[in-house]
Amino acid sequence: MDIVIGLEVHIQLQTNTKLFCGCSTNYRDSKPNKHTCPICLGLPGSLPKLNQKALEYGIKAGLALDCNIADSMQFHRKNYFYPDLPKGFQISQYDSPLATEGTVELSNGKKIEIRRIHLEEDPGRLEHPAGKKQSYVDYNRSGVPLLEIVTEPDMSSPQEARDFLRKIREIMEYLKIFDGGLEGSLRCDANISIEGGGRAEVKNISSYKGAEKALNYEITRQKNLMRRGKEVKRETRHFNEEQGITKPSREKEEEHDYRYFPEPDLPRVTISKEKIKEIEESLPELPDEKRDRFQKEYGLSQDQAESLTTSLFLADFYEEIACQIDPELTATWVADTLKGELSYRGINLKESNIEKEDLLFILRYLKEDEITEKGAIKVMRSTLDENKKPEKIIEEENLRSISLDEISEIAKRVIKENPEAIEDYRQGKEKAVNYLVGQVMKETNGRADPGETNKLIQKQLEEID
Amino acid sequence: MGFISDKEITEEDVKHIANLAKIDLDEVEIKKFKKQFNDILDYFNKIDEAETEGVEPTYHGLNLKNVTREDEVKDELSQKEALENANESEDGFFKSPRVKE
Amino acid sequence: MNAKEIVNEIKRGEKTAAGFLFECKNKIEKKEEEINAFISLDLERSIEKAKEIDKKIKEGKDVGKLAGLPIAVKDSITTSNFKTTCGSKMLEGYHPPYDSTVVSKIKEEDGIVIGKANCDEFCMGSSTETSYFGSTRNPVDEERVPGGSSGGSAASVKYGANPLALGSDTGGSVRCPASFCGVYGLKPTYGQVSRYGLIAYASSLDQIGPIANSIEGISLLFNVISGSNDMDSTKVEEERGGSQIELSLNDLNIGIPKEFYGEGVDEEVEEKVKENLDQLRDKGAKLKEISIPSMEYALSAYYIVAMSEASSNLARFDGIRYGFKQKMNDNWEKVFSQVRKTGFGEEVRRRIMLGTYALSTGYYEKYYEKALKVRTLLKRDFEKAFKEVDFIITPTMPFRAFEIDEKIEDPLSLYMADILTVPVNMAGLPSLSVPCETNGLPIGLQIIGDSFEEDRIIELARKIKEE
Ligand SMILES: [Mg+2]
Ligand SMILES: [Zn+2]
Repeated sequence: MDIVIGLEVHIQLQTNTKLFCGCSTNYRDSKPNKHTCPICLGLPGSLPKLNQKALEYGIKAGLALDCNIADSMQFHRKNYFYPDLPKGFQISQYDSPLATEGTVELSNGKKIEIRRIHLEEDPGRLEHPAGKKQSYVDYNRSGVPLLEIVTEPDMSSPQEARDFLRKIREIMEYLKIFDGGLEGSLRCDANISIEGGGRAEVKNISSYKGAEKALNYEITRQKNLMRRGKEVKRETRHFNEEQGITKPSREKEEEHDYRYFPEPDLPRVTISKEKIKEIEESLPELPDEKRDRFQKEYGLSQDQAESLTTSLFLADFYEEIACQIDPELTATWVADTLKGELSYRGINLKESNIEKEDLLFILRYLKEDEITEKGAIKVMRSTLDENKKPEKIIEEENLRSISLDEISEIAKRVIKENPEAIEDYRQGKEKAVNYLVGQVMKETNGRADPGETNKLIQKQLEEID
Repeated sequence: MGFISDKEITEEDVKHIANLAKIDLDEVEIKKFKKQFNDILDYFNKIDEAETEGVEPTYHGLNLKNVTREDEVKDELSQKEALENANESEDGFFKSPRVKE
Repeated sequence: MNAKEIVNEIKRGEKTAAGFLFECKNKIEKKEEEINAFISLDLERSIEKAKEIDKKIKEGKDVGKLAGLPIAVKDSITTSNFKTTCGSKMLEGYHPPYDSTVVSKIKEEDGIVIGKANCDEFCMGSSTETSYFGSTRNPVDEERVPGGSSGGSAASVKYGANPLALGSDTGGSVRCPASFCGVYGLKPTYGQVSRYGLIAYASSLDQIGPIANSIEGISLLFNVISGSNDMDSTKVEEERGGSQIELSLNDLNIGIPKEFYGEGVDEEVEEKVKENLDQLRDKGAKLKEISIPSMEYALSAYYIVAMSEASSNLARFDGIRYGFKQKMNDNWEKVFSQVRKTGFGEEVRRRIMLGTYALSTGYYEKYYEKALKVRTLLKRDFEKAFKEVDFIITPTMPFRAFEIDEKIEDPLSLYMADILTVPVNMAGLPSLSVPCETNGLPIGLQIIGDSFEEDRIIELARKIKEE
């Protein structure tokens, strides 16, 4: 049975101010209703004025997704009521959007068509505190610029939908117009149908994982209905993230008459060919291009290149170190070791304490055998957990590698102090060697190279024979 | 085609419009508005006769283009000013009638 | 004395601002109770301000162009921390946290906002009878309406509460009351005066304009409010010079559009306007009959556009953030519908619903879009006319002020009163209503000019009034 999925993705643009007023978009770090003005509160008499930067960001996004940028566009009013919507309409775009006809290539090589991209304003934020008779509204988010990206129904599995969202996130972050790490910065609605059934529109999806979960749930639900010979109705459903299920929405179909008409308070916007060219020339390297280049330039595997380009911050972090020291070694340490340590701690690179110079320092010491691999990991962990500089950690925790002579001296002492181990060794118990190596490691605080120590001990034991 | 019947505005139509506009009406008003709407629209329908083949609509009062502003933060209200006229507020939030999710 | 003369006397110290304000206060105390031109008055603070201005003048400091002039501002225009209701129960008790651009400009020039003038609820009406705060009476004949929707502004000027007032004009709301009360009222070109802070009725038609008891007053206030502004995306940015225009009647062609005369226009009104036209001809102007063929669709098209935009503009009134308060114990849709039922008056509800209908699926093309095509036709008709003539002169209103309660029960007949003023808003043009009857009930003559020709219109009005 064929599955057909289309997405409407809303991403918040990282401008300083809102789409139509001078209020800060920084609502997450502030108390409710601290970033409002007559315009975004919809006070009578206020009028919108378009943020130049939001328009530019929209054009950037359109170009990065291979769209045609309109030479002239218009805002429309989308009329509906809701307590989070201060004007009783949303300023959005209708039949004259910013960009049309683009494409995004998924990891599996499949091309997803973009139908249109437009700018619109975010509504406020509602809270529904338990035990309260009313809902609570915070208009700090009201008017934050959103970019709505609408795809053709080209995806055929929840995995593809998730991959699409991941791609969009990567591209928008590379353009530096979006921060996917912020809660609620990406939201989407999904249309999903199974061959022979009606289409469900699933609303209220607010994460990548959520999208996959909601769609998987829908597929099961729709298949079950069909199996039981029941009709799959065309309807709007709401996704409940905590429960992982979708529920029919209470809104009736005929209430959706948005009565779009051109926003009379906002004149048409024309976009010149020169402007488009100027922005096109300023576009940064996009994720796919970077991935190819990393493989070619630094000899990385596809997996490594893939892993190192998931965010621009990570890719830049990698590349700046790789330029100064062995790129392959750096790739292993960033893509495997560091990313592992970060995911164990549930944080991302940006949030962590480790700086480029820190990792570069660690890798330099490692390359010059000043510390062991084990020591390097230890330094990395301490940097992450204690926010100390590697140099200091190496010194304080006495992690600098020690010479073979020193190891040899310690090994001698250890063997002497453990006659029963010698006895065991004589009886052929290989474990005894491991035990002695362990003792040396303990004595040297892990600074001794375990392989070398092993060799040394075997040699010395044989000499005792 | 729209939800509303084609010929004459019915009481159902009035109710539907009132629902879209979020205006509660009682039975007497529904009857009164029905009659008035039909009278007024009858008059408005005169524009059907206007010859507008190939004529572009004039959406804006003035033919301006590209009026934009810089992306600079300015002129925010304080929380107190924002909430000053609220029906009810608590902890910095406006209160609204309950929305069931 | 006209506003300019008063300012000059105040500036020269021949008169004090406080003294003049007391004169106005006296008139208000005598007449206001009967006329009801104001929804709210701010006399105490106004007197304080007048004293401050007098002090500045005494100390030889610079004062603005409106130094010490009391000005009534229509209650559809926001004033910071001062009650702004737009004539509606919906905004009872609302204190906006910001000044409209025009009020800021008045304050910058040391004008004094003495109160908020009564108007039809949300500017929807031509008689100031739909105001939630009671109707305004015409100072010339108290049994009659002052016109609307800026009826309070015109009435306050007429009875002498203030020499200047601000109104707003969507389909004639400045010119109609000016005509009915026998004062001057200018509707500027769309985009000439910032709408920031004007509570929107129909965004693509609304324009704020001055009302005054003299041409000088119109010119003075118009120049102050039409400066540049960065809050309204639909406002032209050029600064106005306010320079004196030279106009010679001998070079002028005046258009007489035949559709604005005859059927539906009161005979005496037409006669009076024609008398003035004859005088202009005698003084050297050429009169020319012209035609605005799409005039027959203008009223319908106007009301469709205005109601459609209004249905959207008035959607923000839901009782959460400001205005009329109601218990919020039911689900949101019920509460919203109750708030909007109780907070809006009947005419407002009627227009919101008709506008909602005109924008709804399946009707958008038939009504809203079609009306905007008619607007294009009207614009073209006027463009064509202004290739042939310099000005167009018509009656402002088809009749004189009618009696209170005469038309209020029949909405359509009330809409018809706007027939001669709405084409100007549809075409975005400037026009001025000039009082042209000195005995009895006033009659207004409407001068329509080409876009941004306000200064020339004002100059022509001067010529008409020259003896
Ligand atoms: Mg949207
Ligand atoms: Zn704002």
